[in-house]
Amino acid sequence: MRILAAMSGGVDSAVAAARAVEAGHEVVGVHLALSRMPGTLRTGSRGCCTIEDSMDAQRAANTLGIPYYVWDFSERFKIDVVDDFVAEYKAGRTPNPCMRCNERIKFAALLEKGLALGFDAVATGHYASIKEDSGGNLELHRSLAMAKDQSYVLGVLNKDQLKHSYFPLGATASKDLIRKEAADRGLSVAQKPDSYDICFIPEGDTRDWLKEFVPSEPGTILDQEGNQIGEHDSHVGFTIGQRKGLNLGRPAKDGKPRYVLEIRPVTKEIIVGPEEALQISELYGTRLSWCGKPPLDPSVFFDCEVQVRAHGDTVPAQAAVIDGEMIIHLLEPFYGVAPGQTAVLYVGTRVLGQVTIDRTKSKASVSA
Amino acid sequence: MSVFLDHAATTPLRPEAMVALEKALGVLGNPSSVHSDGQRTRAILEDARDQISKAADCNRSEVVFTSGGTESNNEAIKGLYWEANNKDPLKNLIITSAAEHHAALDPALWLAAEQGAEIHYVDLEANGMVKLGELEEFIMLNSSRIALISLIWVNNETGVITDVPRIAKLAKELGIAIHSDAVAAFGNIPLSFKDSNLTSMAISGHKVGSPIGVGALIVSRGAKPASLLHGGGQERGLRSGTMNYPLAAAFAAAAAAAQLDMALRAQRLVGLRDHLEREILKAIPNALRTAFGAERVPHNAHLIFDGVQSDSLLFLLDQRGISVSAGSACQAGVLAPSHVLLAMGYSETQAAACLRITLGRTTTQSDVDVFIDAIVPSFEQSLLAGLSSRAI
Repeated sequence: MRILAAMSGGVDSAVAAARAVEAGHEVVGVHLALSRMPGTLRTGSRGCCTIEDSMDAQRAANTLGIPYYVWDFSERFKIDVVDDFVAEYKAGRTPNPCMRCNERIKFAALLEKGLALGFDAVATGHYASIKEDSGGNLELHRSLAMAKDQSYVLGVLNKDQLKHSYFPLGATASKDLIRKEAADRGLSVAQKPDSYDICFIPEGDTRDWLKEFVPSEPGTILDQEGNQIGEHDSHVGFTIGQRKGLNLGRPAKDGKPRYVLEIRPVTKEIIVGPEEALQISELYGTRLSWCGKPPLDPSVFFDCEVQVRAHGDTVPAQAAVIDGEMIIHLLEPFYGVAPGQTAVLYVGTRVLGQVTIDRTKSKASVSA
Repeated sequence: MSVFLDHAATTPLRPEAMVALEKALGVLGNPSSVHSDGQRTRAILEDARDQISKAADCNRSEVVFTSGGTESNNEAIKGLYWEANNKDPLKNLIITSAAEHHAALDPALWLAAEQGAEIHYVDLEANGMVKLGELEEFIMLNSSRIALISLIWVNNETGVITDVPRIAKLAKELGIAIHSDAVAAFGNIPLSFKDSNLTSMAISGHKVGSPIGVGALIVSRGAKPASLLHGGGQERGLRSGTMNYPLAAAFAAAAAAAQLDMALRAQRLVGLRDHLEREILKAIPNALRTAFGAERVPHNAHLIFDGVQSDSLLFLLDQRGISVSAGSACQAGVLAPSHVLLAMGYSETQAAACLRITLGRTTTQSDVDVFIDAIVPSFEQSLLAGLSSRAI
């Protein structure tokens, strides 16, 4: 196959490219320029937007003896990922930009361009596996390295995208093994630190970063009974389940910590309350997709497990799509799920599909 | 098969340069030393200076060897600005064009950002020519405030030639310093520093067939630009540091050879270039020539391919073993929309859809034919890949 290896400049994508070469594929390395002004969004070596990263990616490609190019997707990245991120926060939701990037950039814009230029697949350093079922259908599975598993952020891939995706790291048991392999292969990025933050937020402080895009709009912080107990200078950047940074002067009557329960963008109100009130038992959303073969009849409730954060726990659930809306009954509650987050459905290790959460129901309101 | 059509980026080493380099590398001595060893390498350096002065048509004492075009431009632009501004603090205006190479543009931008300089850009015509009439008018109206004029002789992207001597004549009459980045002109078109009325002129070795890492600043004898470097005071005090006689010798040999074959080379390359352009325009209706109607260097073809991104074209041509260039890439390797094309009035999308095909001494008819055969399928496939800015 002709493989386009997306190389971020990190160790994972470098080893993924190396394995693709070793498997006998014709591999070309490509680094995605995602910032309009490369080198200005980030300093250091943790993200995907620096000169250093581009040079690390190029050095890895040189070491592997493969051609290397930089392709500019900054304009699409800004529209589909950064602008979307800001708009979601403005609407009081909590987006996952990595997911959006996979959905719209890596496995859409890049993949389409790659296919048009004669490639068969895009390879990345994601920790996930693609397997084939007995009927020849492609399935996305968790990686063997559970601590690094990234199947969650790939949950947005559909059947066609899976067909042209290649994840060479899925069967490796740990990141340490990848680092060792990188060192053995003479790749200079073997010990490069992992990236954790959102690549376009240099300091890792989302709320502070958002200030540049969203005018300050002061509002009130209310308790569940509607009493004003604090103020804020913008509702944008709060997230459901958030405890820190509320700056509430007086402690709660029961002395327990208070959490963000609800964000009301129209009235600029933030509702806070005790941890118990964060318990969620139902999730709803209409922006959904199936990762490979869908359930036989999605309108009939089926068993699955649900994960709502990149490295979060899963809980057992039953889900169905009724009138275009996915309804997920959680058999065990989640705490602090925000609209905008993605619920990824699993059956065992297989990713079944995903939905962007539009609204949730708490345990209290269900039982009421 | 590999086809190199990026001679404006760098061009193959000339055999004469290789011979001169090897010979000089075998001789021991610091050219500044007083003993006989030093005198021997000093002689090599001074022979090189003679040859460069002939090629640039200047006095031998006007040749200051540097590491290349970027250093020469920095030394001239900063040095001449400082000198003028120190004498008269009211003189803080730098006149330059929107067609400058980054090596001449960025020193001016730095002076503006850090040293209180003001920049006035002369506009370009749609075909890349500098609006000289407007420029002359502006110079006459603002002469008392002008610290320096800096104009590229041949634009490195479009290949358009600017009548720099016309402006230099006016500058001289008004007593204003004028520098030209002549890196893309030297060795490709006849030029005479002596007749140009310029204060200084930057030239580079590897564009004419020497190794990378050597160039010169031609500085008129009366000019005293402040120096960027301080140390041993070599090269008229303008370029301290042990003098690189082997590279100077190679540069001089390449420059002399380029002078010798310039006319014939130009004649041959114009033929190949015109043929190449005709065939592209015939086969690809979406292609357009940027420098239409402008006076250009003989070896440069610069086209916009509407509807595609140059990174797709570059990739597909590279896969076929063909090296051409698009514009300048930033440090991270991203092809930026060319500021020159933007100044000529093209959109960002068009500016990111250009190809620069530059021929050189070693280019053959077969190279051009290989390119012509490759460009049509590459263009069509690039159209499929489309623009990465479009919605999916």
